[in-house]
Amino acid sequence: MSITIENISLSVNKEIYLKDISLNFDSGSKNILLGRTLAGKTSLLRILAGLDRPSKGKILVDNKDVTGVSVRKRNISMVYQQFINYPSFTIYDNIASPLKVAGMGKSMIDSRVREAAEMLHLEDMLDRMPGELSGGQQQRCAIARALVKDTNLLLLDEPLVNLDYKLREELQIDLQDIFAQRNAIVVYTSTEPSEALKLGGNIVILDKGRVLQNGITSEVFHKPATIKVAEIFSDPPINLINCHVEGSVFHLGQNVTIPLTGHMKSLASGNYIAGIRSNHLYLNPQNKTDTAIEAILDLAEINGSETFFHVNYAGTKLVVQEVGIYSKKINSKILFYLDPASLFVFSKSGELILSPENFSV
Amino acid sequence: MTVVNYSLQDIFGPGQRVFVGLEWFKEVLADKRLHDALGKQLIFSGLVLLIEMPLGILIALMMPKKGLTASISLVIIALPLLIPWNVIGTIWIIFTRPDIGLFGAAINGMGIAFDHTSNPLQAWITLMFMEVWHWTPLVVLLSYAGLRAIPEAYFQAAKIDGASTWATFWYIQLPKMRGVLTIALLLRFMDSFLIYAEPFVLTGGGPGNTTTFLSIYLVKVAVGQFDLGPAAAFSLVYFLIILLFCFIFYQVLKNVGKGEKS
Repeated sequence: MSITIENISLSVNKEIYLKDISLNFDSGSKNILLGRTLAGKTSLLRILAGLDRPSKGKILVDNKDVTGVSVRKRNISMVYQQFINYPSFTIYDNIASPLKVAGMGKSMIDSRVREAAEMLHLEDMLDRMPGELSGGQQQRCAIARALVKDTNLLLLDEPLVNLDYKLREELQIDLQDIFAQRNAIVVYTSTEPSEALKLGGNIVILDKGRVLQNGITSEVFHKPATIKVAEIFSDPPINLINCHVEGSVFHLGQNVTIPLTGHMKSLASGNYIAGIRSNHLYLNPQNKTDTAIEAILDLAEINGSETFFHVNYAGTKLVVQEVGIYSKKINSKILFYLDPASLFVFSKSGELILSPENFSV
Repeated sequence: MTVVNYSLQDIFGPGQRVFVGLEWFKEVLADKRLHDALGKQLIFSGLVLLIEMPLGILIALMMPKKGLTASISLVIIALPLLIPWNVIGTIWIIFTRPDIGLFGAAINGMGIAFDHTSNPLQAWITLMFMEVWHWTPLVVLLSYAGLRAIPEAYFQAAKIDGASTWATFWYIQLPKMRGVLTIALLLRFMDSFLIYAEPFVLTGGGPGNTTTFLSIYLVKVAVGQFDLGPAAAFSLVYFLIILLFCFIFYQVLKNVGKGEKS
């Protein structure tokens, strides 16, 4: 099965939610819709589900127009941010509910429910009520209910966003196995670049209702077409520094010069914007070729096992992400290092000119 | 404490009292008129709950979800709740008068002899109409708040599962409203069980004693007969009955919805 979206637009009260979106999803593919809040991810998912009708454009399933077909007549499953389960049903009955509505036989329902429950590690909780379970278990139940239907299209709207970090990690791994076992089209929305990278597959970068770039997830990550894509697909957003090239010298901001070597050697003279992800800036040099940059520390933020240094480099705000917990004095000078080989170079209008050759996530 | 104190004494006047132990409680519990009033009170509260709860939920389900019409509907629905209780009785006296009352004249105009002051059944019907008109809005407002608090995703999920409108109501909306409905049920039970001003103004407990509910009977004993001791014992028994019923309702509702917190 394949789903084709042709020039889909959605406007409500003159407000544009989606604009001219054309995409194709193939059977067995894993597709991530990545974008910030109000990018149009959920709107697109709702149109794919048949919950909303687009203002313009068509949805084709195997070249057959299904744009106006009601959600009840489509064979789809959806998992939401909230833990959506029937509150008065046991976990067993919750998982079984779509099969009962479909009129499936009792023994068939039983085997399918137990299979789905096993996949989501719920086999010991089948007699319990959703309210008696933890958030993670409730969301597992919702996912099991979506999987038990064995649909061709599985839609997941930020399913892990309301779970704590540990549970999220656990479910991310489980979901990868579950997706791999199925031949359905999976469409998964997320605001988190790290989640998209873990899930892999294909990615669609959305912003203000428009598709900025789509392709294989790792390729889009390493070759973001524009600064906007790089910002959306980096967390914290990619650091941007005004730079210019004069002859064979790359001037990064006002104070740092780098010889034009490696992927940058063919760069012509002119003004550019350099981009570098925060995890490619270090407190200690990693290579001999690393360039030192001196800045003023504005804020040091500890997040889990990492420290984020918000620094001011000659008026440009940058973030340095370092593994480990560090204590540094605010408003003091801080020295950090960058590997010129990990620099992205964008034109002044924001298009990608060069991306690092040997990249790592 | 004064009520407890009075319930154990025979009071003749200021400073003239005799300790009688549990005598008043024995008398009150054996009082046939009290049993009669309690029976009527239970029927009245039962009918109130049976009518107001489903009607309130139904109106809440039909009300507009957003926009100006939602605000206007809410204001209109809430209007009866803003009227003082004794005024409610007066409004309904005039409303149901066979000569000048809109309702009374209309019914009589249809050839039905309607006079709630002389016909016990009609007195009950009038009281029920008044009570339902006055207090169903509270159930509507609470149910409406409960319904609006259910995330839209639940309805989408039900649609995707192919659930019917009835199944969506029964398996999603109703369990999700359990908390507010428990409060509505307890409030409506307590209020209807304590009802005094409206029937006192409308029927005065009549015709005969047909609408003499517990509170009306209590006032007759305490103020009419000035039997302060028995009236105090009656008040305590009254209070315990309400407490007992609320406890039973609460326990039943809590156990019905066990594990439905999600």
